[in-house]
Amino acid sequence: MNEFLLIFRRDLQSSEMQPSPEQLQNMMKKWQNWMGGIAARNKLVSSGNRLSNEGKVVKPGDVVTNGPYVEIKELIGGYIMISAESLEEAAEISKGCPILTVGGSVEVRAVIPMGT
Amino acid sequence: MKENELLPHLFRTEYRKIISVLVRHYGFEQLSVAEDIASDTFLIAAETWGIKGLPEHPVAWLYTVAKNKSRDLLRRNAVFNEKLRPALKAELLANPETDIDLSEENIKDSQLQMMFALSDPVLSIESQVALTLRILCGFGIDEIADAFLTNRETINKRLFRGKEKLRTAHIKIGLPAAEEINKRIDAVLTSLYLLFNEGYYSSSQNSVLRKDFCLEAMRLTGLLVENEQTNNPRVDALFALMCFHASRFDARTNENGEIIRYDDQNTELWNDELISTGHYYLNKASRGKELSRFHLEAGIAYWHTTKNDSREKWENILQLYNQLLCISYSPVGALNRTYALSRIYGKQAAILEAEKLGLAKNHLYHVLLGWLYTGVDQDKAKEHLNQALIYAKTETERIGIRKELAQV
Repeated sequence: MNEFLLIFRRDLQSSEMQPSPEQLQNMMKKWQNWMGGIAARNKLVSSGNRLSNEGKVVKPGDVVTNGPYVEIKELIGGYIMISAESLEEAAEISKGCPILTVGGSVEVRAVIPMGT
Repeated sequence: MKENELLPHLFRTEYRKIISVLVRHYGFEQLSVAEDIASDTFLIAAETWGIKGLPEHPVAWLYTVAKNKSRDLLRRNAVFNEKLRPALKAELLANPETDIDLSEENIKDSQLQMMFALSDPVLSIESQVALTLRILCGFGIDEIADAFLTNRETINKRLFRGKEKLRTAHIKIGLPAAEEINKRIDAVLTSLYLLFNEGYYSSSQNSVLRKDFCLEAMRLTGLLVENEQTNNPRVDALFALMCFHASRFDARTNENGEIIRYDDQNTELWNDELISTGHYYLNKASRGKELSRFHLEAGIAYWHTTKNDSREKWENILQLYNQLLCISYSPVGALNRTYALSRIYGKQAAILEAEKLGLAKNHLYHVLLGWLYTGVDQDKAKEHLNQALIYAKTETERIGIRKELAQV
């Protein structure tokens, strides 16, 4: 089994939409079901974290700018770690991610194993 | 209680107390001496009571005999003097006449301390449960073997290895320091949780014995609940979990000891008193921010005690299983989650999820798929139930599966 980092990106535009409480509730359920489904296969390595929209970018020469980040069109909303046989399987698992239903994307990255 | 039931009953309740107090007094180095004294006490009781009839205060009688026996050993037994005396605790040497303290308070303390000692991480989980059953619950070797679906030799080996470990690792009987308790108590809770599950989920057909295991686990957890030093939200949550589960005890097996599926249980047989006790402790467990696996499992068990089969019920159960699996995976949890999912999103959706679980060698996986395919694809249903027969471990399990097969 190899480990993969799934990075969730969301278009800043879509985050300006004002969802109803029902939609929010529904969205939360979708996330819980998706994560629960990965955990039920014993493939959830870490529930990771959700990231707030606030942030700063630090550049050489003491340059600190506030987010949003002009270089990347989409904002990183969070990440989890999973285990899978292959990059293909990890990508297959990612297809169920609810971020895709609101115009976001999942970046799948293999973790380089340490100490081998 | 009938006269002939009294001695076995007292053995169950008093044997462990005597042992705990003696071990607290002499240390784990003398565990076998403590066991001898306790066993001897009951042998003498069986003989004496058999001849002379019951004493007025049987429990006090037992304590007096146990005290005298240990004092005699101290005074007279040469082997004991040579072997034990050098190892005795300093305070005891200073005052060799120190009486064995069988007061109610000391008994409680000793049992609490014993619980921590028997859950020491140096012991294997198997040894922890076997030792707890033997020393703290007073179950016989045959009974323990029966529950684990194994034989005397295996249990004896586990107990022997456990006792050797207790001795060689110099495990001290005693409550850990206050700041240590919070760390160590999880091992104690896990051990009690396993003990309860051993009774609740064992495939042994001896349903009386299985219920006893559960009640013992609840009694010991109750000691942790009552004690200010050991009580915390996780303890309350575990106790609530046990109450909710135990409330369905009489409804979940038939007269042959076979498991009755949740949907087919007679809800009239659910025990309302235990359900409301469970509510009380689950509420109490909700103080603070902690959300342990016991909280989640107690929440799941709570929803299972609600009789109204609403969508809300299964939505809550599903979300709790989702959370539980994210912090602690188990194949049974994964299968139960999939069942809950089927109750909300239908069998087809659940089949897709189930087939991803990667549990093809687990008979319960095939039982679940057998159920999910029933009414969807009968051939597939039969195929899975036949697979389940191959992987089932006990005859009781196979009987249940054959019944399902007959219905497909």
